[in-house]
Amino acid sequence: MKKILKTKLPELWQKISTDFDLFLPIEKNKTLNFSLWKDGEKVNLDKVRTTTSSKHLVFPQTETYLKFKNQNNKLSLKAVKAIGDEYVIFGVRPCDVKSFKLLDNIFLREPVDTYYREHRDRGTIISLACTNPEDTCFCSSFGIDASSAPLGADVAAWDVGDSYIWKPQSEKGQKLMDSTKELFTDIDEKDIQNLEKEKSNIQEKLEDLPFNNIDLSKIKGTQQEIFDKEEIWNEFSERCLACGTCSYLCPTCHCYDLQDYKGNNHGEKFRCWDSCMSSDFTLMAHGNPRTTQMQRLRQRFMHKLVYYPKNHKGDYSCVGCGRCVDRCPVHIDIVKIIKKLGGENNEL
Amino acid sequence: MSCSCHDQDPLIPQIAVIKEVRVDTHDVTTFKIVDSFGKKPFEFLPGQCAMISIPPIGEAIFSITSSPTQEEYIECSIKKCGTVTDYLHELEPGSEVGVRGPYGNNFPVEDLKNKDLLFIGGGIGLAPLRSVINYVMDNREDFGVVDIVYGARTPGDLVHSNDIFDVWPKEKETAVHLTVDNVSKNWNGHVGFVPNFVKTLNFDNNKIALVCGPPIMIKYTLQALEEMGFKKEQVYTTLELKMKCGIGKCGRCNIGDKYVCKDGPVFRCDEITELPNEY
Repeated sequence: MKKILKTKLPELWQKISTDFDLFLPIEKNKTLNFSLWKDGEKVNLDKVRTTTSSKHLVFPQTETYLKFKNQNNKLSLKAVKAIGDEYVIFGVRPCDVKSFKLLDNIFLREPVDTYYREHRDRGTIISLACTNPEDTCFCSSFGIDASSAPLGADVAAWDVGDSYIWKPQSEKGQKLMDSTKELFTDIDEKDIQNLEKEKSNIQEKLEDLPFNNIDLSKIKGTQQEIFDKEEIWNEFSERCLACGTCSYLCPTCHCYDLQDYKGNNHGEKFRCWDSCMSSDFTLMAHGNPRTTQMQRLRQRFMHKLVYYPKNHKGDYSCVGCGRCVDRCPVHIDIVKIIKKLGGENNEL
Repeated sequence: MSCSCHDQDPLIPQIAVIKEVRVDTHDVTTFKIVDSFGKKPFEFLPGQCAMISIPPIGEAIFSITSSPTQEEYIECSIKKCGTVTDYLHELEPGSEVGVRGPYGNNFPVEDLKNKDLLFIGGGIGLAPLRSVINYVMDNREDFGVVDIVYGARTPGDLVHSNDIFDVWPKEKETAVHLTVDNVSKNWNGHVGFVPNFVKTLNFDNNKIALVCGPPIMIKYTLQALEEMGFKKEQVYTTLELKMKCGIGKCGRCNIGDKYVCKDGPVFRCDEITELPNEY
């Protein structure tokens, strides 16, 4: 473990960005997102939650995978490689780090999505423990420790007042630290104490969060029984606007569409994020198996809370980041759904 | 499941050529497809699917209707019912399309060996069954008695008429039983829906049944088979949902925890009863 003074950060950003694309939580137009850092950008490492997650770095919102020409039914196809330089992303919270693992389960299983793998392989992830968790955070429900060094981060970092402590966790992480070692100093006993204090501070804050008591184990019953709870699904879906905000902000939603863009006799095939909330998601030539918003909303939550865990050793397709809780315009949130499915008679 | 394009992403199609076009009915055409070298584009098993694309019109998944034993090409019988299929029906021999696959699982032909088989098809649902039927015919000694029940709306809607009238009935221990929904002047055969027709045929319930057709026909046929004493473990069918990626990632075709494109399209009926009724 090493530490770096906060006053040295601009130098660190400069140094890293000479070799890598550097992504940091940057404030623009009152929103905070992981964006490519350039000198003078307003970096905010104190606010725990970026508006969108870091998912777009490994699974871009739109991505061209094929260019084509089609003239008089004579075709030429050219595969487009995944583009981008090696990058470093600093400030990924433990929930978002876990979301990469959940996306890996989908995209890296056979047959491997080579675009995703490419984006994943060229990244070095530096996590940052959550000094100031938000009221809508509930990562602990999914076994995520916001004070810890999350599995999957190449370097884990903590804010300990005037400096950050860095702990390398992979070869990639060690390499990055070696290349910037002149900016870091060794830690001493006092720093260790500060780190432990920071961890226990975070733990205390987590315990006080309003959603700290979410208990997923209360969701009982077979897949069919949970599916059949139409009263609950109806109750929530009645006000769903099908805007899809939840899916787009979600770090674990991975559904996509394939589309063609047409130019003059040539064009591109690309994929783009999609949402099971929209009515044309499963629309087929002979109709739609999910005709109501209730069915579509049920699908999203069944996928996150029942189907995904069944396929992935009990892991839920949610990390408790709280973005959907924060941003749903009609306050349909997954916490209320979990509670309701768990038998609590909470107010909507 | 595997993709033929080894180092490429499984989303990337290869160029294929429409070698032959055979009009089956007013809305179904069978396309013989080869790769750009004139060979079979990829190996597959009966029941598996191919994704065909016509940029920039779009891409859609189709079951392969030819048998894997056919070494020269793959065939897809395609009903005109949407943007991609409308355009496909305009294509002439020599036209190039994109093709990727094979996708999905297959009918378990190894497990069917030495068993009596009952194929039940409705409309274009004969397409994936034909792949298995011809596979069985090409390995005839490995299988028991074969009954093929096939129905369509009208006699003019029966696809693969050469197979059903001239080829299969002449095979050893093979019978073809046809029905149509509507009476027609040129039809002396049975009139009535497939599920009822199956019941009148009084088959022994020791066979393995393979069912494919429109969802409503499948539903009532499975009920009929149950009434006839078939156990769910003896019946296989195929499910259909919108498939885009074909490899279980884009999330469009899941029914419960299954992806039709990856875990299906072939399901044994005892597996289906565990799935939410969303298909």
